[in-house]
Amino acid sequence: MADVTLMKTPAETALVQAFESAKTALPGNGESRAQAFEQFNARGLPHRRVEEFKYTDLRALLREVAPFAAAPSADEAKAALAGAKALAGVEALQVPFVNGHFMREAVDFHALPENLEIVPLAEALANGHEWLSRLSPVPWANDNPVYQLNTSFMADGVMIRVAGPVETPVHLRFVTAASSAIATATRVLVVVEEGASVTLLETHESTDGANHQPNDVVEMIAGDRTNVQHVRVNAEGDKALALSTLAAKIGGEAVFNSINVTAGAATSRHQVFALLNGENTHLRVNGATMLKGSQHGDSTLVVEHGAPHCESRELFKTVIDNEATGVFQGKIIVPHHAQKTDGRMMSAALLLEEGGSMNNKPELEIFADDVQCAHGATCGQLDEDLLFYLMARGLPKKEAESLLVQAFLGEALEFVENDAAREALVGTVESWLKARS
Amino acid sequence: MLEIKNLVVQIEDKRILNGLNLTVNKGEVAAIMGPNGSGKSTLSYVIAGKEDYEVLDGEILLDGQNLLEMEPDQRAAAGVFLAFQYPLEIPGVASMTFLKATLNAQRKARGQEELTTPDFIKRVNAAAQQLEIPKDMLKRALNVGFSGGEKKRMEILQMALLQPSFCILDETDSGLDIDALRIVSEGVNALRSPDRAFLVITHYQRLLNHIVPDTVHVMHAGRIVKTGGKELALELEANGYADYRESEAA
Repeated sequence: MADVTLMKTPAETALVQAFESAKTALPGNGESRAQAFEQFNARGLPHRRVEEFKYTDLRALLREVAPFAAAPSADEAKAALAGAKALAGVEALQVPFVNGHFMREAVDFHALPENLEIVPLAEALANGHEWLSRLSPVPWANDNPVYQLNTSFMADGVMIRVAGPVETPVHLRFVTAASSAIATATRVLVVVEEGASVTLLETHESTDGANHQPNDVVEMIAGDRTNVQHVRVNAEGDKALALSTLAAKIGGEAVFNSINVTAGAATSRHQVFALLNGENTHLRVNGATMLKGSQHGDSTLVVEHGAPHCESRELFKTVIDNEATGVFQGKIIVPHHAQKTDGRMMSAALLLEEGGSMNNKPELEIFADDVQCAHGATCGQLDEDLLFYLMARGLPKKEAESLLVQAFLGEALEFVENDAAREALVGTVESWLKARS
Repeated sequence: MLEIKNLVVQIEDKRILNGLNLTVNKGEVAAIMGPNGSGKSTLSYVIAGKEDYEVLDGEILLDGQNLLEMEPDQRAAAGVFLAFQYPLEIPGVASMTFLKATLNAQRKARGQEELTTPDFIKRVNAAAQQLEIPKDMLKRALNVGFSGGEKKRMEILQMALLQPSFCILDETDSGLDIDALRIVSEGVNALRSPDRAFLVITHYQRLLNHIVPDTVHVMHAGRIVKTGGKELALELEANGYADYRESEAA
């Protein structure tokens, strides 16, 4: 049979050219970049016939490739950060990025909280820093084309080491302030050493009206007996095509909670790849997604129970207004040796109007024989009887709907331990609801 | 106060109310009794404004305002309150949050200022104490995991806070034990006033020993078929509804 070669799309050709012209200028050893790009390029942009991208066809969605931006001037950076609002009220150590570049001037390296070290990634790549070997902690994430593109183009970011308990939350603040479309490819590695604990806030904001193309990766290595609380907010601009990945390898007897709250971007896809690598660990991955207009929001999750006696809980709530589209793909993998696994995954969607759609794809891949795993997926409308009850008590229809939507999403938010962060997320839900009435 | 004239209502092509006439005056407690399926609950829902019912004819006036042209929230602001036979559970909404939202929505609709939090809490605590509602119940999600009696007490608490002018109690006695019945009835009696009217819907005379009505109406096949004083309830308790069924057949 003759080989079939798919025609490259203009965007794929542009990516090849972008990589060819950028590769010598990008910091560090080019080998792993070249390898990642080769893997990406062999298959091209994933499309609807690729199972993992069935509902988010990147080949169709990515028409023009946006350029990467030069580092902003000090004034530009200052103005960009002054306008950033996501989780602004939460007291935290600010680790800001503007247009894909780490703003090292904004961090006082001499006054970091105890147990915390931060290394700029561009510098580390250029110098061959010893922590670089710890990048890409989840081996199978390397097969993912979005992740491969980030590995190919990653130019900046930070590596953070948490050596013990860190009280002050660390806020990774990503801001894109350019008025015309730009791409970013940042990589953040957080290594949480045995017994350490940290709260990590991660927010992404960009200007409205430009087709920004962020593809940002945060990866974590959480050692045994660690406690990691991760709160992520997608508040990207209204035209952005936002791709993001959280890749985490988690040791034994650890507690790892991650929530992603999405209200921004025209199209977004947040991928969570979690590998449980030690026994008796508790993982919770939650999502709260609010979509309106013609927004498209994809939450993709793969959890591998790589060790026995672990518990994982996944709860994804999606509210869909107008003609928006939601996607949830969740897979729990339980290999032969992961006996006594306890995994529960739930995706619930609320469609506020006719015309919206939700695609739910829960998957369990279980090879062990003594496990408890469950998954559920629901799609529905607001309960008419509940609405009547609230209205009969005097709440106008929109307010009654808002109260029920808040209650629906609230279930995913209630696990956020940091009070100020949780209240800020509730505030995000409230302002989203206010904007629709 | 409340005037219902020739009300005809159907749901999914099934006629439930058949030219019902009813007048309840200011300060009056009117009881409606009747067998299952006579249309008692339908009447309460239609007054409160539930969407599922189709009103084919007639009108419902509250102080001269046409309720049928109003949304349920506008009816509530105009003074209508329905204590549900089966109060709904609302997971994720704390009872306090719910109470504050409803109270302030009604005040806003009436052009009054919203209550300050301390003022609100003071009012809730006073009303809760009278109904023997513990404080931790108010922190829980509305009606979730509440017993039947707790749910009914929560309905009366809402009534006490919202101070409506026309209260409908839809089988408030169902699912109540004797102590809960006493507490709920005392709560209702405390709200009786010359400016407020009640429509008490019940199967049994039992509730009317506690909430003594001024008038008793017998409902059958979607109509009021007999009206009398409180002694009519005792008569029904003794003889049942059989007389009315026969009169229908004849």
